[in-house]
Amino acid sequence: MPLESAQEFPAIEDYGIIGDCRAAALVSRNGSIDWVCWPRFDSPSIFAALLDRERGGYWKLSPTDPYSVERHYVPGSNVLETRFTIGSGSAVLTDLMPVRDSAHSSMVPDHEILRQLTCTSGELQVQTALVPRANYGEKACRIRELGKLGLRVDCGQGVYWLRSSIPLCVEDSFAFAEATLRAGQTLLFSFSYSEHAPAVLAPLEQVSRRIEICVEWWRQWTAQAQYDGDFRDEVIRSALTLKLLSFTPSGAIIAAPTTSLPEHIGGSLNWDYRYCWLRDASLTVRILLELGYWEEATHFLDWMLHATHLTQPELRVLYTVFGNLAPKERESKVLRGYRGSAPVRIGNAARDHLQLDVYGEVIDAAAQYAFHGGTLDRETQKALIGFGNYVVKHWQLPDQGIWEPRTEPRHHTHSRLLCWTALDRLIDLHNQGKLQRAPIDEYKRHCDAIRREIVGRGWNEIMQSYVSVLDGDQLDSSILLLSWYGFEKPDFPRMQSTYRAIRNKLGTPDGLLYRYEAQPQEGTFAICSFWEAEYLALGGGTTEAANHLLRNLLTYRNDLGLYGEEIEDGTGHALGNFPQAYTHVGLIGAALSLSQRQKGEQQLAHRREGATAQQPHPTVARN
Amino acid sequence: MNWSSWILSGFVATLALSTLLATSHGVGLTRLNIPYLLGTFVTPDREKARLYGFIAHLLNGWVFSLLYVFIFQATQRANWWFGLLLGLAHALFSLTVGMSLLPSLHPRMASERHGPVAQRQLEPPGFMALNYGYQTPLSVFLSHAAFGAILGSLYRLV
Repeated sequence: MPLESAQEFPAIEDYGIIGDCRAAALVSRNGSIDWVCWPRFDSPSIFAALLDRERGGYWKLSPTDPYSVERHYVPGSNVLETRFTIGSGSAVLTDLMPVRDSAHSSMVPDHEILRQLTCTSGELQVQTALVPRANYGEKACRIRELGKLGLRVDCGQGVYWLRSSIPLCVEDSFAFAEATLRAGQTLLFSFSYSEHAPAVLAPLEQVSRRIEICVEWWRQWTAQAQYDGDFRDEVIRSALTLKLLSFTPSGAIIAAPTTSLPEHIGGSLNWDYRYCWLRDASLTVRILLELGYWEEATHFLDWMLHATHLTQPELRVLYTVFGNLAPKERESKVLRGYRGSAPVRIGNAARDHLQLDVYGEVIDAAAQYAFHGGTLDRETQKALIGFGNYVVKHWQLPDQGIWEPRTEPRHHTHSRLLCWTALDRLIDLHNQGKLQRAPIDEYKRHCDAIRREIVGRGWNEIMQSYVSVLDGDQLDSSILLLSWYGFEKPDFPRMQSTYRAIRNKLGTPDGLLYRYEAQPQEGTFAICSFWEAEYLALGGGTTEAANHLLRNLLTYRNDLGLYGEEIEDGTGHALGNFPQAYTHVGLIGAALSLSQRQKGEQQLAHRREGATAQQPHPTVARN
Repeated sequence: MNWSSWILSGFVATLALSTLLATSHGVGLTRLNIPYLLGTFVTPDREKARLYGFIAHLLNGWVFSLLYVFIFQATQRANWWFGLLLGLAHALFSLTVGMSLLPSLHPRMASERHGPVAQRQLEPPGFMALNYGYQTPLSVFLSHAAFGAILGSLYRLV
């Protein structure tokens, strides 16, 4: 059974996300669940129409007649409501994946999507179609009807069950139904997955109650947020999205729940983001701590330091949610990609990259935790010293850099910045008595050497700007983080002129930023714009300028408050994997810094104040 | 009756049975999780059920091995192939009679006739436990055959 409009892909921003902090589903505006991987984020898909309308598989539930759509999350929760309206009536579709802790008893399915469609006025004809395709569309699944137990789909190691309050017609590998709903009538569905037998089958009469319990669970979680500054709703939505992208059993946070949504429509910049990038650590821990989510921050830090134990002191760029090496990259032979953007990649080749910035990001994350009052146990201290020693030995090497270009390694200024950050934070931790037995004199010597190299070779005198690679002449938005990590004060002349250069060269008239001078072309990079707003909020500009830019950036979120990795210049469409944790971290960070400045509170307390002033710049005489 | 031999051989055979069933689950031969199935007789809590079920399964194995040992003694025959035959018969009985009775015996198991309700939500096994994966009978036959063979070869007749 083909989709209603087999060839029409929804816009990326037309998707919403639901999840249970172990896996996630993407739901389109037309009520179609087009992406689900169970039992965890990086498992093979059962629905992948997101990447191939005909072969991917989906589960649709919507009116049969043309309709208009409004949608929102139930306030304070990740429970999605989609309102369909047609001439004769309207209905509300509620979608969610129950969070395990929100279960009213332990006897609940391992993994489950609940859907409730209620006619709120008039009368309308609705349809549902379940088309499962296992393993990234490679395998059509046989559906069996088992009486009152429901429909069973056997695929590989697991079993899927669909329970429905209306009977579905089964045609071997798909099932469908149509029904007329009148005001007050409701259809209920439970779609579940289990790798253990006997599986738990959800009684449908409990669905409404379970939805209420789940909403309450999310609201209690939201109520913990300690933020009362500008853009509170947007900050809370971003925090909720970040929570959805966390993997509760281990504490890891993935970059995005999808693979291969393109950075350029029709292009090949399609990557698998269903893993955990250490690159995100520092910024993520900062926002979790400052929003008051200590449990999540601690859990994430524990995951980061202990799940990576097998490779320490060497760190890989990315790991699976359980701290294993991400799978080798392969290309799907079945899925043709979002709007023809091939290939669809599974796994990520960046796992073998050398990215020296990750050491600084991990150490800075631990330092923030300690400076906020957390305790670093002896094992953690030992791991941090191991990372520091690794930096001492390797900081002069070229690497792939923060953006992981698939080119030869280069001497990235950002990587040097984070190597400096790594040693600078270890020195600070030692000075505050939070780190014992570290070779501090050696750290100081190398820290100074890295600083000299950045201010000497990372600065281009002709361009009057810090540049992407040492002795280079290309710009890079990641250089804005020099202030974030405390290397340069935001109002220092070099930083000001660097900012102007980046805005002029990488900025768009709409106020967005490209991450670098890109070949091939791609969208503007959303977090870079938030870095710009935060740079202004930290003192690089006025609070009004920061507020204005943030307000402008908020116009690019979708109707549910979600961002992808990139924003298409001109159209404002989302590009890249969706939703993107890094972008939402950037939004929260910028709002936090702005709020702190407005209130006169200390910003980014983990940095040494006035790093620029402590280390006068040498006179640089270069071409 | 050689009690000390029964205790030792019964324990080893039960460990082997548990290990084989867990391995079958791990490699995808079956979804059947015997500890969870047994544990949910007494608790709906997933984690507790697995623990209680594991203990119950060990004790079960020991009790069943006693039955095997009675047959060994009665026939004055205890060797690996006779034990293996008993194991296959045991598996056949469990898969047919045992599994068909399970929805009636298990306080939390749903039935195909009534569907799941609040107190009964567990998926029933179906004929030969095929609902738990079409290779489940293979897994059950293999593990019980090994159980019987180990018992038959280790037990010393008196």
